[in-house]
Amino acid sequence: MRSTPSLQLTTPGGAYSARERTGLALIGAGLVGLLCVMFGAGEAARGVSLWFTMGCITAGSGVLFSGYLKRPAGVDNNHVWFSPATARGMAGWLLGIVFTGFYVILYWAPHSLEYLVRMTDSLSYLLRGEAADRWFLYGFFYTVAVVIMGARMIIKYRNNRYQIVRTISVMFFQLGFAFLIPGFLKMLNQPEYYFSYFWPLKYDYIWPNSIAHFTNASSLGVFMVFWGIAGTAVATPVLTYFFGKRWYCSWVCGCGGLAETAGDPFRHLSDKSSSAWKVERWMVHSVLVFVVVTTGLLWVNSATGQGILGGVSGQFSRWYGFFIGLVFAGVVGVGFYPIMGSRVWCRFGCPMAAVLGLLQKYFSRFRITTNGGQCISCGNCSTYCEMGIDVRWYAQRGQNIIRASCVGCGMCAAVCPRGVLRLENSSRQTRYNGPVLIHEDQVSVQLDDAWRASRPLMPPKQEDIPILSDHDAQIMQLSGPRVS
Amino acid sequence: MPQHVVIIGNGITGITAARFVRKLSAARITVISDETDHFYARTALMYIYMGHMRYKDVKPYEDSFWEKNGIDLVRGYATCVDTEKKRVLLGGRRAIGYDALLLATGSRPNMFGWPGQDLDGVQGLYGIPDLVTMERWTRDIGSAVVVGGGLIGVEMAEMLYVRHILVTFLVREKSYMDYLLPPEESTMISQEILRHGIDLRLGAELESVLPDEAGRCRAVTTTAGDEIPCQFAGLTVGVHPNIGLAKASGIATSRGIVVNEYFETSAPDVYAAGDCAEFDREGVGSRRIEQLWYTGRSHGRTVARSICGLRTAYDRGVFYNSAKFFTIEYQTYGDIQARQPEDVRTICWQDPVARKLLRIDFDADSRVVRGFNALGTRLRHDVCEHWLLRHATVDTVVKDLRRAHFDGEFDRRHFRSFARMYQQSAVTCA
Repeated sequence: MRSTPSLQLTTPGGAYSARERTGLALIGAGLVGLLCVMFGAGEAARGVSLWFTMGCITAGSGVLFSGYLKRPAGVDNNHVWFSPATARGMAGWLLGIVFTGFYVILYWAPHSLEYLVRMTDSLSYLLRGEAADRWFLYGFFYTVAVVIMGARMIIKYRNNRYQIVRTISVMFFQLGFAFLIPGFLKMLNQPEYYFSYFWPLKYDYIWPNSIAHFTNASSLGVFMVFWGIAGTAVATPVLTYFFGKRWYCSWVCGCGGLAETAGDPFRHLSDKSSSAWKVERWMVHSVLVFVVVTTGLLWVNSATGQGILGGVSGQFSRWYGFFIGLVFAGVVGVGFYPIMGSRVWCRFGCPMAAVLGLLQKYFSRFRITTNGGQCISCGNCSTYCEMGIDVRWYAQRGQNIIRASCVGCGMCAAVCPRGVLRLENSSRQTRYNGPVLIHEDQVSVQLDDAWRASRPLMPPKQEDIPILSDHDAQIMQLSGPRVS
Repeated sequence: MPQHVVIIGNGITGITAARFVRKLSAARITVISDETDHFYARTALMYIYMGHMRYKDVKPYEDSFWEKNGIDLVRGYATCVDTEKKRVLLGGRRAIGYDALLLATGSRPNMFGWPGQDLDGVQGLYGIPDLVTMERWTRDIGSAVVVGGGLIGVEMAEMLYVRHILVTFLVREKSYMDYLLPPEESTMISQEILRHGIDLRLGAELESVLPDEAGRCRAVTTTAGDEIPCQFAGLTVGVHPNIGLAKASGIATSRGIVVNEYFETSAPDVYAAGDCAEFDREGVGSRRIEQLWYTGRSHGRTVARSICGLRTAYDRGVFYNSAKFFTIEYQTYGDIQARQPEDVRTICWQDPVARKLLRIDFDADSRVVRGFNALGTRLRHDVCEHWLLRHATVDTVVKDLRRAHFDGEFDRRHFRSFARMYQQSAVTCA
């Protein structure tokens, strides 16, 4: 077989517009400022360095994103596969290295961040009444990313109300539930607690020592334990039944919040192959088993009074915390955005997503409805699915999409040029509506090994196709016009 | 039941036929294509050029799909069919025998013999090779002309717009696509085109393309005598069936390859379907030659049954189609004429600011609904089809319009304003 004609498209336009240059320069100034601070150069201006760097980044982002407003509102994925930053080019790899590097330093060389941490002291005192630490710095950067890139989402998808409401929701939960409230709790001498995270994502929230820690702390701590258990045992199944796992993954969760905002420029990089799906199913459910076993062991251990399992359960929980909590969720989950897409952690590692996915698949009213025969197989839905679901495979058969991994971000429906997809919570009877209107439902003939073995040419190579004799060729009017 | 089914053309018709033959039989299936190794969505060409997707993203099936389903893909150029000895001649003097042959050779862009139509930088847009040349001709250019007010024309205009190329859009009609769309739709889309800074020239026809010293497109001239400088000219004035192979093989052709309602051609065990086929009489399809993605898929499904011995007449069913004009999605169900006949009434609700439009045509006497047009709003296919098949009256449809709502959650719903409008028009009519 010959290869398909090369479609190496160059970056069109090439040069950046004045707006883009201004925006990037301001963001660059802010980032250089952060680097200076990191290396101690900001000490003289400690009071203003935070506001200067953040001001530059915010203003630059504002200028950059206002470019969307220059164009009529619509699906604006133009040049996504041409831009080196979003198409795994040099800039993309560089971004990946920077993100990954930040996590590595944050976890294993936190002293390097000392000056940056000190930079956020003023804010930390304001919010929490005490000095900042690296986790405050991390939470601050994380929240800034969600808010700024959330604003970008709202501008980019301003013609799509679902995207607007959903983005406001993730910004709200990150800013309020995962940043401000934990800060205020600190101010009030309460245990640190994130009301938007539940077991098994926040794996230690129902571990015996955490529960003891919270209940001993205060009456609010008792409420926290109650909230955490209710979140896992009641809200998870009930809300997933009515709305699908999206109520959490793309509306509330902080990891999802970052993926849906800062990760949006990279969503198309997720692997859509069926082999990736296979890896995903094994991996995410293994993590779920791991966290369940760990939690179970800790409780058995606790119930038997640190008996036989003492060492083992402690070892399990440390391993889990390191490999899953730190390496997978942080370094790989966010660091690899520009390489593997925005949902690597959610798709391959998050045990909460696994639980919600099982519920979504078997006990939910949620589905993505396919609109009859209107699909033109273009592939926008699959390409822009951050979870790597081959949405088109279902849509072109006229079949509803019911997949455990779907986080209900609604992007497939947003980018569809033919109005084929719609997120719906509706009667479970019609949920599995098979292929309609295009009659894909006929039973297929099963091809067995014997059938394959009996085929004469498989696959037919050019040289297996017999060459005609001159006589035959003449009959076949070889000299006739070149037509196809 | 044939032992070996050979299909020429790996577009939507050929591939749908191959898949349905596989659903129905264990026959050996060979698909021959000269264009690409694998099936890709022709409808998505524009998205590759605009950078939304790569070539590999517009392939609807993974490459392993074909092997898994026992469908052999041959990259080759069929030059002739020996209908007597039942074999297909490929370039390089190689031949493949068949028991049943499907010609699904698609269309070719129309060229009306304009002076300069073969210059560098002048082309139509139909397949991957066209995309490759378009990429070459439009690299770093400043302005382009698109000729022809059809669906490909507006797609090409959008493609060039996205690449920051100034576009002059020559449309023969007095209003964009007024041969297919009622005036309100046509106006809304014309405005949408203008809103994107496209220089839309209505009532303008191409006269010739002028070359520069290097033999490249320099400008186009119109029949009105205008000369428009441009480095690229997209000629998108429709397509015609690609019948060269059938002609060279002595298979009956007219404008297309002539077939009956079973897609049988004049040669035994040779079928033709999709864009390249022409029904031998009116009334089989929605028209003699059907050139839509959906009809191609539908032909492929039906002809597969006939090939497998379950001889099945083509039934187009309730007509539907869709398109997208820049940011405005378009869906249509049933029969909406550009100009309503005497006995047809219409209700057309629109929100010009939000660029949304919903039209229902119905029979003046029986009040039975004839069709729907939707711009910027999505309708549910199965519900519309159900209404049209059951000859629902406009009163029922307006009352139940919410059932057809397919816009996203939180989107503004239009059925109330539509119903209000309907009631008001009913009052004035009475």
